[in-house]
Amino acid sequence: MPRTEKSRTLVVWFPDWPVRARALIEDIPTDSPIALIERGLVFACSSSARAEGVRRGLRLREAQATCPDLLTFEYDSALDHRSFEPVMNAIEELMPGVQMLRPGTCALDARGPSRYYGGENQVAQVLLNTLASLEVTRLGEDGEAGAAASGETAANGGVAVTTDGGTAAVGAFAARIAIADGRFAAERAVRMPGRQSIRIVAPSTSPQFLAPQPIELIGDQALATLLRRLGLTTLGAFAALDFRDVRARFGETGVYAHSLASGGDLRRVTPRLPPQLRDIEVSFEPPLELVDQITFAFRTAAERFVDELTRSLLVCTSIRVELHTDNGLMHERGWGHPRWFSANDVLDRIRWQVQGRMGTGNGALKSPITKVRVLPEGLDTIGNYETGLWGSTPDDRVHHGLSRVQSLLGHGGVVTAVIGGGRGVAERQILTPWGDPVEGTAAASRVRRGAAGSRAADGAATVAGGSRTTAGRETFKPWPGSVPLPAPSSVFERPSRVTVLGVSGEAVEVDERGALTGVPSRFAPGAGGADGAGRAGNTSAGTAPSTVGMTRAPVPQAITAWAGPWPVHERWWDQEQARSFHRFQVVDADGTAWLLALHDKTWWAEARYD
Amino acid sequence: MFEYGEMPDLSVLLAEAAPAAGLARVEAGRGDSVRELQERIRQMQTTKLETRRLETVPALASLLPGGALQAGAVYSVERSHALLMALMAGPSAAGAWCGVVGIPDFGVEAAARSGIDLERLVLVPHPGDQWLAVTSAIIDVVSVVVTVAPPRLSDAVTARLAARIRQREATLIVLGGWAQSEATLRITESTWGGIGAGHGHLASRQVTVSSSGKSLWGQKRTARLWLPDASEQIREVGSASGGGAGSGGGAGSGGHERAEHGFAEHELAG
Repeated sequence: MPRTEKSRTLVVWFPDWPVRARALIEDIPTDSPIALIERGLVFACSSSARAEGVRRGLRLREAQATCPDLLTFEYDSALDHRSFEPVMNAIEELMPGVQMLRPGTCALDARGPSRYYGGENQVAQVLLNTLASLEVTRLGEDGEAGAAASGETAANGGVAVTTDGGTAAVGAFAARIAIADGRFAAERAVRMPGRQSIRIVAPSTSPQFLAPQPIELIGDQALATLLRRLGLTTLGAFAALDFRDVRARFGETGVYAHSLASGGDLRRVTPRLPPQLRDIEVSFEPPLELVDQITFAFRTAAERFVDELTRSLLVCTSIRVELHTDNGLMHERGWGHPRWFSANDVLDRIRWQVQGRMGTGNGALKSPITKVRVLPEGLDTIGNYETGLWGSTPDDRVHHGLSRVQSLLGHGGVVTAVIGGGRGVAERQILTPWGDPVEGTAAASRVRRGAAGSRAADGAATVAGGSRTTAGRETFKPWPGSVPLPAPSSVFERPSRVTVLGVSGEAVEVDERGALTGVPSRFAPGAGGADGAGRAGNTSAGTAPSTVGMTRAPVPQAITAWAGPWPVHERWWDQEQARSFHRFQVVDADGTAWLLALHDKTWWAEARYD
Repeated sequence: MFEYGEMPDLSVLLAEAAPAAGLARVEAGRGDSVRELQERIRQMQTTKLETRRLETVPALASLLPGGALQAGAVYSVERSHALLMALMAGPSAAGAWCGVVGIPDFGVEAAARSGIDLERLVLVPHPGDQWLAVTSAIIDVVSVVVTVAPPRLSDAVTARLAARIRQREATLIVLGGWAQSEATLRITESTWGGIGAGHGHLASRQVTVSSSGKSLWGQKRTARLWLPDASEQIREVGSASGGGAGSGGGAGSGGHERAEHGFAEHELAG
């Protein structure tokens, strides 16, 4: 049963929070003209941009025309939330029970803190001081610039420093605090134009405070327009109506708006539950160097980690492992899991990560490890991953078996494939380690989730996939200039050198005009030159039995059919990655067809149709 | 599982033998049905238990002993990845998981286009010196395992793998030679279509595939296949595009075996 007495509510507001968060990330002064764009419209802008005439809802072009110096960024709501988190934490340390209304605005119940600090004004002071110190540590000397700019922005609704009560606020973006009966009144008070950082509406004067305010503040645009046309231009005029008449005319939404307008906001502050930290870390003293020592030392922690998750009915689907070394370096990477992490899986990931950084190669740690930290990145309720009543599905079995192979060969040893976009044959096949999300595809959830596949997302993936090939991101876009079907059955991991000769044994090349200098008539896999021998040796030195150089016959065989040259000019705009070569298809005397590439007088075999 | 294996065989046998005898190609049909009967008898007399069958695409059925891949058996394919994929396509489409061990050059797009479901395809491109451990682990969980055997493999290892395959009812397809394989498939002749001297592009291919092995009792079976045809289907030369040879390894097999010599005229006519 809601209590009829209105609770004193404190609202903290940071004007233009999205702009401020973005400015911090981009490391630009917050007083420069900034606009955040969402779907081509201005979502938020800084006060200096507002001074130039930029408004929310303006089109990007219009905004740029109004303010030519405007810095525009894409709006990112996740960034807002992320950057507001430290502020929430700082407030929570002072007084518990904070509710975030939106990034930049939060509310708390004022009664408890005001008793503790000895008055509402004192509470607001304490909060402002704390937030200001937070500001100073984060902004550094930026605060100075902000304070200097505040004078000119004040006229445009930006809040300037107020000396009222000796506030230590800094900069144009300093927080504002209002205390009133009910959230609606407090929010209205905090957004009132003016220079004060602290606005306190005395107890039970909220209706009087709200009465002269324009009806548009009611929040419901359609209702506000209608009321204005009915001649009710202020909240007070609307509040003066009898609520039964309002109910008869406007229904429940009208009654709700009426209660807000008459200062009877009964919404209470529902404090957030502070997120529980679930990361684990183990420090080693003395630092450890051997993989086995590290994993052994981490075992109990890993078991505790998984147990704690299980106790709160959660499973972890992705983790981030941080390795801290003696020389102060830190190496981190994320690991996914097709199902969920058991303690052994966590240890495996740590082992692979440490093994990958052993030795003296590029990126090696070169120093013993002092601390291992594991942070859960993806959590899900355990119910989604429960095994069926009648035992595990075949996919589970597959997953366990493949995990075993992964623990033999390392994470990248077992891969799944999807077909992506691209013109070359090799770049179309995207190999992803087992358990990692497939990059940018709807099929990712399907692969990752494995047996727990009865999900809406999977249904969507199947629909999107349509045909037999898995829904690669760009598979179905046309790729003009790609190699015509059928696809080659062998795609060489690295291209191998081949020999192509003309009728009388001369080299065949493509001249500057794209014409062939001779007719390719003889072909041999493997090159005759020293370079080719080195290349072939390199290939066969690979651990797997090589299927590339099946015959390194030095005697070129006759070519029975050929097609080409098909010029390829890729990424010509990029100095580093630009490629320019010619593709050919040839059929040798055995009836085996090859996809060849002629790179600047050198012939390579990219793929074989065998 | 094993008991019911024999009874349907008899009924199928009768059903297939009867129409085959009634066909116009009497002598051909008779020869076929005799061979077919012999095979059935052999299967019934064999000391091995009947195992699960993994149906392949119809075009390959005639080349395999028993008309399909057997669970727990080893097959080998020489050199051709396309033939490997054709063998895997049937089981994969039927829901089996496939694993490819030690073939880094395996063309994934061709695999997908030949009918292998990539969501149930697992690749271990570089097993390194852990080949045996990896292959055994994959055999445990995957129904069709494709691999390249290391050059020197002791008999003991071969026997252990064979036992494991039988126990797990997996099918092993080896690229290259394998002493105890049920059948070895190889492409003996291949002709590409759609490409000329400096024009066109590779579009379709006709191959002659021959198979031999211990389960074929020294015989050699050959078939003429499109691998693939212009619409990327794998089918027997002369069969309709829809894949008409639906009867699997039944009466059709002998006909194509025999038709090998008549192929050229047939093609010219077609």
